[in-house]
Amino acid sequence: MASTVGRAVGATASYVDDRTSIAGFVKFFSRKLFPDHWSFMLGEVALYSFIILLLSGVFLTAYFVPSVTPVIYEGDFVTMKGVEMSEAFASTLHTSFEVPGGLLMRQIHHWSALLFTAAIVTHMCRVFFTGAFRKPREINWLVGFTLMILSLAAGFTGYSLPDDVLSGNGLRIIDGVTRSIPIIGTYTSYWLFGGEFPGEALIPRLFTAHILLVPGLILGLIALHLFLVFLHKHTQYPGGGRTHRNVVGLPLFPVYTAKAGGFFFVVFGVVALVSAVFTINPVWNYGPYDPSPVSAGTQPDWYILFIDGGLRMMPGWIGSLPSEWVIGGYTLSWNVLVPAVIVPGIFFGFLALYPWLEAWATGDRGEKHVLDRPRNAPVRTSIGVALVTFYVILVLEGSNDIVANLFHMSLNDLTNFFRVSVFLLPILSFLVTRRICYGLQRKDRELVLHGHETGRIVRHEHGEYIEVHQPLTDQEVWLRVSFDDIAPLEIDPEYNERGVRRRGHRWSRFKQGLSSFYFEKRVSPVTPAEREEAMHSHH
Amino acid sequence: MNALARRRYSKSAPLLLVFALLAALTVIGVVASPSQAEVATASSDDIAAGEKLFAANCASCHGLDGQGQDGVAPSLVGVGAAAVDFQVGTGRMPMQASGPQAQAKKPQFAQEQINQLAAWVASLGAGPAVPTAEMVDPALGDAANGMQLFRTNCAMCHGSVGGGGALTQGKFAPNLWETTPTHIYEAMLVGPQSMPVFNDANITPEHKRDIIAYLKAQDDGSPGGLRLGTIGPVAEGLWGWLIALGIIIASTVWIGARSS
Amino acid sequence: MSTTDQSPGMASDTFEDPGVPTHHRPRLADNDPKAAKRAERQVAALFGISALGTVLAIWAYFTQDIDAADVATIRQANLLIGLGICLAMMGIGLGAIHWAKTLMRDHEMVEERHAMRSSDETRAAAIQDLKDGAADSGIGVGRRGLLKGSLITALAIAPLSLLVPQIGSMGAPWNVDQFRHTMWRAGMRLTRDPDGSPIKAADVTIGSVFHVIPDGLYEESHPLEEKAKAVVLLIRLDPRDLNIRPGRETWSFDGIVAYSKICTHVGCPVALYEQQTHHLLCPCHQSTFDVANGCKVVFGPAKRPLPQLPIAVDDEGYIIAQRDFEEPIGPSYWDRLKGTPFTEEGGE
Repeated sequence: MASTVGRAVGATASYVDDRTSIAGFVKFFSRKLFPDHWSFMLGEVALYSFIILLLSGVFLTAYFVPSVTPVIYEGDFVTMKGVEMSEAFASTLHTSFEVPGGLLMRQIHHWSALLFTAAIVTHMCRVFFTGAFRKPREINWLVGFTLMILSLAAGFTGYSLPDDVLSGNGLRIIDGVTRSIPIIGTYTSYWLFGGEFPGEALIPRLFTAHILLVPGLILGLIALHLFLVFLHKHTQYPGGGRTHRNVVGLPLFPVYTAKAGGFFFVVFGVVALVSAVFTINPVWNYGPYDPSPVSAGTQPDWYILFIDGGLRMMPGWIGSLPSEWVIGGYTLSWNVLVPAVIVPGIFFGFLALYPWLEAWATGDRGEKHVLDRPRNAPVRTSIGVALVTFYVILVLEGSNDIVANLFHMSLNDLTNFFRVSVFLLPILSFLVTRRICYGLQRKDRELVLHGHETGRIVRHEHGEYIEVHQPLTDQEVWLRVSFDDIAPLEIDPEYNERGVRRRGHRWSRFKQGLSSFYFEKRVSPVTPAEREEAMHSHH
Repeated sequence: MNALARRRYSKSAPLLLVFALLAALTVIGVVASPSQAEVATASSDDIAAGEKLFAANCASCHGLDGQGQDGVAPSLVGVGAAAVDFQVGTGRMPMQASGPQAQAKKPQFAQEQINQLAAWVASLGAGPAVPTAEMVDPALGDAANGMQLFRTNCAMCHGSVGGGGALTQGKFAPNLWETTPTHIYEAMLVGPQSMPVFNDANITPEHKRDIIAYLKAQDDGSPGGLRLGTIGPVAEGLWGWLIALGIIIASTVWIGARSS
Repeated sequence: MSTTDQSPGMASDTFEDPGVPTHHRPRLADNDPKAAKRAERQVAALFGISALGTVLAIWAYFTQDIDAADVATIRQANLLIGLGICLAMMGIGLGAIHWAKTLMRDHEMVEERHAMRSSDETRAAAIQDLKDGAADSGIGVGRRGLLKGSLITALAIAPLSLLVPQIGSMGAPWNVDQFRHTMWRAGMRLTRDPDGSPIKAADVTIGSVFHVIPDGLYEESHPLEEKAKAVVLLIRLDPRDLNIRPGRETWSFDGIVAYSKICTHVGCPVALYEQQTHHLLCPCHQSTFDVANGCKVVFGPAKRPLPQLPIAVDDEGYIIAQRDFEEPIGPSYWDRLKGTPFTEEGGE
């Protein structure tokens, strides 16, 4: 029996290889090594959510009608009977209430969309805080960044498809934001909606973007992203035997085939569980789109919430200074532009270009395959925490009415609080995080120099009490000393010895400033000599 | 779109006629016989008992004659029995502590006493009466029409299905799921506190009943499972992060950990 | 710079890499055949659970009839099919991972990396290939400038032949002047949203708020687009509370005022009216407008007051519009104050 199967497999493999020389690929991939760490699986969560999105999305396209042609709802759902609605909304209700398993598929699709974006953000955080974006992975960081933006686009286009009141008001906000763009905004809005808001063109256009354009781009970029991961081989955390020139881990086949393959089913299982138990996006509560109604709790899905938070936070009047200006008869709406266009633009631009910024600061040209422990890159870690703090404040402000209602607070007070803290808390969290990182680094030094405290007190003959310290093992020491100790850049003086101004001096000055911002204060790793001395002074 | 226009037109014409008729009848009813319902049920004994209760429990703020005091409590002349039944019946009055708004709590009086209070306040001046059981029976309402009315007139404060929501300066629109049909009806009629008035000319008694039917239809829950408070995408996002991503990250830690 | 790629000469400065830990703590299943057998049974049980989950999902699909009139049936079908899928997936996943963790190799292996940078020879060869190709085509450095220039120009502008029709058609007819006007006209009745019945001034008692659409909205060729601009809030205040802006004395009627419902921030319907404070709150971004003072902004991101619709009462007692709004409603945009001017009757 087994030999029959074995022969069949062998014959098939041979047949395919004769025509494709696939054996080379199999040999190349199957024993590829992957380092083992839980945080390396966050990107997989994103990938798997995307696969679940494709699977459930195919189901939904079988029933969804991307049209705003008005129809009367003929179904039996009691609060919708006889209500006029678009075909898009009616078909969403039909999928939910009349197609067996349809509602489950909708909920699986929506929950995995939330998970997709959340996993991408978490994965990005892991890559950022461990410095996995450094050479040679800058391009792949950019690919990943673009995937993150595309995931927002995929989410938003899908969220708007059912043509309900909630998402319709979201689209209206998009219209308002688009119109605020100077010079071209008015026409861009008209172009997007194919006329006035809401129009009849948008739902079909969003549908095409949602099921063809955006997922097509995402698929292509995922392929590129994974290709680059294979090309670069995975990064690894510091530890004995792990260098910038090797990779230590377990082979793709069979260990990661089972672990990562099995993990797909775990992710799917969790999404199915959540979708079986929790309602998501109950469009029947909001009703079909109509430009007049609006409900309390009008918010976008979480990944767009930060823009809503910014829009809520920015005052229309700062004292007596209006944030909307009329210049030469033309209107400039800072109250919309700043929170919805300029700040997100700077935020995302900074994120996208961050690898280069740090490369200028370190001046290091080498390939980096061993990750940083976050404490060993204190300024980077603090920048990351400050960005996360900034983002979280925007998200909280975007939920301020929910928070206010839940905790019986005044939403006006919350907004005023966030208006101040959006400036202060990121700075504060930067300083606190940097302090914590330095503290942890000093703790590491302490451990390497003096060993673990054992709690065992010994009395010397001359009466002195000391605590016995247990020296660290070689592996423990190596983990704490094997990080890059980067000194601030030194640059040549502005004028050379012949008094001629150097070209590009300004650029060098910028890089030097950046570098001293990063590395002026630093805690260097223990050297063997220091450890030797510390060990001796103990006895 | 022309099809829509035609359908709308033909649908709304008879509706309009009925509506105009109803509006006319309501106006006539209100003008001709103020608080007819109470007059029929409230005896002079009730009114006398109500006056005593009022003097003992309400007069310190509203005044012995119910005229109110500037900056302390409003005049109750003309607020009608519906206002009393709502405010006292939901425990909002007597007010315990001053705050952004009077909060619902356990009622301080039995329904009989509330009726007596209502009878006395209604005797001060004409105002809206307490609705009859039939007027607030959700079984007689059209929940789908209620949905359309609710989202136009109510959802902006109370949320899409009456889960409640925040107003300015710490005030809020309460959750409506535990509120009795009668109290919902009365609230629309009298516009307590921040809430605007929705008189019978704005939302007819039948339409008010449709709204009640819509709210009571929420008792069935959501077809999708647990509702997460019906507060929309913020709750969904929070649960997505905490539950879905939380379980998944816990499982990555398990996958990454060495087996014993 | 890094201590991990140390050169031999620096050995005294830095610690020595102790190498991949060699001692390997065996797992139970590594030494104990019984434990290995137990792990195998556990994995098989998990795969079995998965199969049961599949059966549950399919069973639920066929037996759980759903009825849109009964929410509980949908909820139950959703729950059971979902749990079935959950078990079907989770069983495979947990089984495979448990298998990998307990029975598959857990000794780490080491693989060398090679630098991303190609070797100098490869680079030189690649450059030479490109040079040879350029020479073959005759477009070496400084040669055939006309040819290169014309090709680049052609390539650069060719996309326009696709883009211009694409962009042009998607935004046709580009009549952005539509943003500036609504369908309100002199004498048009204010009617209830959504049923379209007219409103008498006497109906609007103090503290009332009516959500209003123009009479005849549903006969328009684009009712939704018109509604998106024309919706109005009709509110009656105690006339003593109302501070009427100079020049607008005739715009209201005995304390009844009508304001655009579309926020001047980004266009949400501003709908939360607080009767006691006379404040209107937008639920999207919480701009707060004071109805008693010309709907000027008292909190939040909006800058401009809501536009006011001048109203009057006709012979039959119904509320009518005097004309269109005197300014574009809704959010600001670049050329909002340009375009065709507003006329007395409203409209173009």
